[in-house]
Amino acid sequence: MTEIGLLNILSFGDGGWARALLAASAMTLAVSICGYLLGAVIGGFAAWAKISGGSVLRIVADAYTTVLRGIPDLLVIFLFYFGGSAMVTAIGRLFGAQGFIGFPSFLAGTVAIGICCGAQHTEVFRGAFKAVNPGEIEAARACGMNLSLRFRRIVAPLTFRYAIPGLGNVWQVVLKESALVSVTGLTELLRQSQTGAGSTGLPFDFYLIAGAIYLVISTLSSSLMHVADARASRGLRRA
Amino acid sequence: MDIQFLSDTFVELLRGVPLTLQLAVSAICLGFVLAIVLALFRASGIAALDWFARLYIFIFRGTPLLVQLFLTYYGLSQFDAVRNSLLWPILREPYWCAIIALTMNTAAYSGSILYGGMVSVPYGQIEAARSCGMPRAMIFRRILIPLAIRQALPAYGNEMISMVKATSLASIITLMEVTGTAARIISETYRAIEVFIAAGVIYLAINFLLTRGLHLLERKLSPRVPKQDGGRSYALEGQP
Repeated sequence: MTEIGLLNILSFGDGGWARALLAASAMTLAVSICGYLLGAVIGGFAAWAKISGGSVLRIVADAYTTVLRGIPDLLVIFLFYFGGSAMVTAIGRLFGAQGFIGFPSFLAGTVAIGICCGAQHTEVFRGAFKAVNPGEIEAARACGMNLSLRFRRIVAPLTFRYAIPGLGNVWQVVLKESALVSVTGLTELLRQSQTGAGSTGLPFDFYLIAGAIYLVISTLSSSLMHVADARASRGLRRA
Repeated sequence: MDIQFLSDTFVELLRGVPLTLQLAVSAICLGFVLAIVLALFRASGIAALDWFARLYIFIFRGTPLLVQLFLTYYGLSQFDAVRNSLLWPILREPYWCAIIALTMNTAAYSGSILYGGMVSVPYGQIEAARSCGMPRAMIFRRILIPLAIRQALPAYGNEMISMVKATSLASIITLMEVTGTAARIISETYRAIEVFIAAGVIYLAINFLLTRGLHLLERKLSPRVPKQDGGRSYALEGQP
């Protein structure tokens, strides 16, 4: 059992964990991307509420970002996993089901990550919107564009351009945050490494590999973000 | 909602607060020392030291804290050399492993924040100190570090807040701080919402106090700067 080394773990054949780790990495990516997109939607609405919502909407959005930035993400994950399970169990009991029903951990993880990173998305979008030159919006208005056309053609593309660096940072945070979803039992990268560590007795090797995979994903995605940033600001003169 | 349960939970969670604070304070203080070393490495101009600091920051910022925590707590015990070493009584304890992992993690983030602060110190200040005849060490101590800290304070404050939040991960390696206690109560009672509210209030209170303290410190460190509010605020106030 102890003869297994780092290279054996990384083999695709019998006793190798490469296949399982790759699948788990895909799961990590899936839960991160879904949570990230959900967060972007939430953040978009919350930023809109903060910028041009009424006082009630603004207070709600402010409360949302303040609370979510002050409490640990792990707590939010616990809330959705256990809270969701309790809800599903209660509903199940209504239909005559017995005992405990687990909430799907992928869903719980996605929602929790989305709600956590939505707060950061909000600030990114709001900051990016502030960076848009008001003259451009004024010019669009002067051309007679209505609100939706103005948003679609002027505000959204410009905001998005300024938001890209911030969005990249949020993505990095989300990717690392996805490791927390392992507590719900979802077989993402860290959970799979835990399983591997348990069955081979080589925790160090497995966590090292997991760390390396996270590092690869974050490096690759940060260079993608650089490309996107360069492409989005190709018409922009930078100091 | 059951007020009795809520207040019982709150009282029980309060017992986890000392541990949360201990973890946060030790990690922030130790991490700060390590961060200064890293920032000085980066600013040293010596290629080997600079690359070491860059690599350190790259690795610790690129991997999840939970992986670092698991590597320290579960990973190291794989080696007989570690288990037989003098450090084993420390590395065996989840408490110390949590502090070590949190410290190393925050050092990477704070190191790059402080380095950013150092770079932003105007060269004229250093030049003035040098022309007063200050030796290098004194310039570091009296001019460079204080100015860099003042410059880096807003970003560093955010890092402190995220460290307070990060202590919650210690619950995964069996430490019963606030989140750990919350998770235990939730799994016993399945009343996630009430427990979440109680624990959330505690974390918000800690971070609110921290934010207030940082504001005071910031005001104290910049006595002559006229009041200007250009983006200098902390996460809790809702601005990046």
